[in-house]
Amino acid sequence: MTRKQKRLGLIGLAGLVLGSAVGLVLYGLSSSVTYFQSPSDIAEQQVEVGQRIRLGGLVEDDSLDKSRGSVILFRVTDQAEAIPVSYKGILPDLFREGQGIIAEGHMDEKGVFIADTVLAKHDESYMPKEVYETLKEDGHWMEEEQAASAEQSTKVN
Amino acid sequence: MIIELGHYALILALVVAAVQSVFPVWGAVNSDHRLMGMAPGLAVLMFLLTCVAFAALTWAYLNSDFSLLNTYQNSHSDKPLVYKISGVWGNHEGSILLWVLILVLFGALVAVFSRNIPQRLRAATLGAQGWVSFAFLLFVIVASNPFTRISPAPLQGSGLNPMLQDVGLAIHPPILYIGYVGFSIVFAFAAAALILGKLDAAWARWVRPWILVSWIFLTLGIAMGSYWAYYELGWGGWWFWDPVENASFMPWLTGTALLHSAIVMERRDALKVWTVFLALLTFSLSLLGTFLVRSGVLTSVHAFAVDPARGLFILAILLIFVGGSLTLFAWRAPLLRQGGLFAPISREGSLVLNNLFLTTACAAVFVGTLYPLVLEAFSGDKISVGAPFFNLTFGPIMVPVLILMPFGQLLAWKRGDAWGVAQRLTSAFVIAMLATFGLIWFMGVSTTSIMTALGFGLAFWAIFGSLWEIVERSQLFKIGFGRSMARIKGFAPTVWSTVLGHAGLGITVLGIVTTMAFESERVEVMRPGDTLEQNGYNVTYEKSWTQNGPNYQEMVSQYTLRKGGNVVGIMEPSKRAYNASGMPMSETSIATFGFSQVYFATGDSDANGGIVTRIYFKPLITLIWIGTLLMSLGGCIALFDRRLRVGAPVSARKRKGVAGGVATATPTPAE
Repeated sequence: MTRKQKRLGLIGLAGLVLGSAVGLVLYGLSSSVTYFQSPSDIAEQQVEVGQRIRLGGLVEDDSLDKSRGSVILFRVTDQAEAIPVSYKGILPDLFREGQGIIAEGHMDEKGVFIADTVLAKHDESYMPKEVYETLKEDGHWMEEEQAASAEQSTKVN
Repeated sequence: MIIELGHYALILALVVAAVQSVFPVWGAVNSDHRLMGMAPGLAVLMFLLTCVAFAALTWAYLNSDFSLLNTYQNSHSDKPLVYKISGVWGNHEGSILLWVLILVLFGALVAVFSRNIPQRLRAATLGAQGWVSFAFLLFVIVASNPFTRISPAPLQGSGLNPMLQDVGLAIHPPILYIGYVGFSIVFAFAAAALILGKLDAAWARWVRPWILVSWIFLTLGIAMGSYWAYYELGWGGWWFWDPVENASFMPWLTGTALLHSAIVMERRDALKVWTVFLALLTFSLSLLGTFLVRSGVLTSVHAFAVDPARGLFILAILLIFVGGSLTLFAWRAPLLRQGGLFAPISREGSLVLNNLFLTTACAAVFVGTLYPLVLEAFSGDKISVGAPFFNLTFGPIMVPVLILMPFGQLLAWKRGDAWGVAQRLTSAFVIAMLATFGLIWFMGVSTTSIMTALGFGLAFWAIFGSLWEIVERSQLFKIGFGRSMARIKGFAPTVWSTVLGHAGLGITVLGIVTTMAFESERVEVMRPGDTLEQNGYNVTYEKSWTQNGPNYQEMVSQYTLRKGGNVVGIMEPSKRAYNASGMPMSETSIATFGFSQVYFATGDSDANGGIVTRIYFKPLITLIWIGTLLMSLGGCIALFDRRLRVGAPVSARKRKGVAGGVATATPTPAE
């Protein structure tokens, strides 16, 4: 093979590999990406049953129901709409009523969100960014109250 | 006083960095020996000054000096000693200071250990390292100063995030940082080569030990982070394709490619421009990782504080260094003498393939990590790109890597014989197939899917194909055991490092495939005396009690794990509440059987005395980390060999004597 042929071969091979990778990436981005939705989004847009989404919001006060053993029921709200959530498993340590969380899963036929993952991250003053922004946009973000509770938890004792 | 001394030392270090950024490089370009001679002394001085600063901060933590904002926010006088020390870097300011400390440590190491490399290259390299040091020292002093005081000083600190109070945290960041930051010196070498316009095989020989050290620590750091997440977070997952994990994984991928392309450059004086590009790229990805992790763009356990000013500062550093190094590359690279081309079927040809696939895989991870950020910035849509995307894209790209790896190992330099190698690997292929069928039979034929079987085959092929080099070289089945052993003893270290590195990757893949395909999970509410059965194990919930730790209270639940009627483990997962913050925290309990693990985590108790119990069965999961340890060990052995070669170029004849095993099997490179 001449020098030119070798170089062409190498470029061709690189093009082939990169081309396939681009194909895979595009297919991946179109098929296996999950969209973030607030309870209002779900109420308005009628999310398809079974479609994988992330639901974010605050855990509604007095909505936590642990009476069914390992299946836990609660409601996630953005102060405008609330969506019932069912989750089988151990809730994160920082899961509390009034806390911002993200649940990943899908809606079932009865309008219940079946979560397979619940995230309430590693810090008590943590608020998932998406949740915070949505709440803020909708004007439901209670600066003073949240600030006060954060203050309380870091108070020197 | 001590604090102010540390602060002062840090500012002095910045001044030293400024001097080091300018004069040695100036001297290298103009062949001024006095200016070039300054570089090593400055690098060592900067390291000592940064040490003083770091020691001052550590002193504040050890003595619980809460007049420092940083200690007040992140420490507590009740904290055990080890977490007082690790707390120094368990926060934004301290961790950036550690970053800088390691950065200047590498500069000092180059100054001390690279006496044999030409003065111009050394001065220019330390100068380029000075630019990085200057940028980050400035960042520490201006935007994340750990020495800020508060007045009046509080009596007690607010405590370290309980999640970070773990031995894993004490060692994970320093090790990962050594890997991350170590690539800065590789970057500096590349920048120096571009400035001086001189790039030859000797350059690759000088830079390889630094690539290896960084790569070894990055590998260990990623593996340790993965194990930490596995046992600490209580979800039983070992890799989440979380952006923060990807941030460390991307430089690992290009770093691995760099490790291989530097071999080609050293042996064959080819792929030179590409190797320099990879060096710049790897460090750019390290900086990108630092930006993603520390800027607060992503919310995670690693993002300590969300402060836009800091994010912008790191972004500016990132843009300056990426933009600057690419400009330098575009300007100077065409002036470098191109290396020769070579036959596609050859060792170097296979290493080019390795580079092609690894960088493509890195690009896929890059897109998946940054796409959500970009999309949100432009359209406002919030999406998450998770494991399904990465499994779909990264997985297939790595398949050819695993298939071709054993071939590359056996191909000769210059002109290889693919068909001949295939014939030589037939036995390894047969053994791999037998092992695959054995494992399928062991795991249960009916439960093994085709994909899993292929995964097993691929992993065993990578393992046995890599090990085959030993059989080949020792002629184990041809010349008798004793003589083969004598040959094995005479192997050059590079043989072992390749075999261990490649077989280690195969073992990691085997662990991944087995865990993904056969792990199982059980979540039940259990009351004292309740028993459940899963995977041949019997689990009985015995009792629970409360006890006090040094700075927390915990509720421990005790379970008895039985197999075939025999007690094989007493499991005691717990839930802790930390005194300082009141923050709850689960501690898992893990029992290891061979390479497999049973994993316990507990949740809340219900009104009737029941407790939510989560039990995972993870077959062969420890292989994932054992494989990475083997890869690192391979890297260490290569380093040991390289030590003989670091320094001034040795004549080909002399070098042949040093690396006998390699020289006999592979033609000595014409240099």
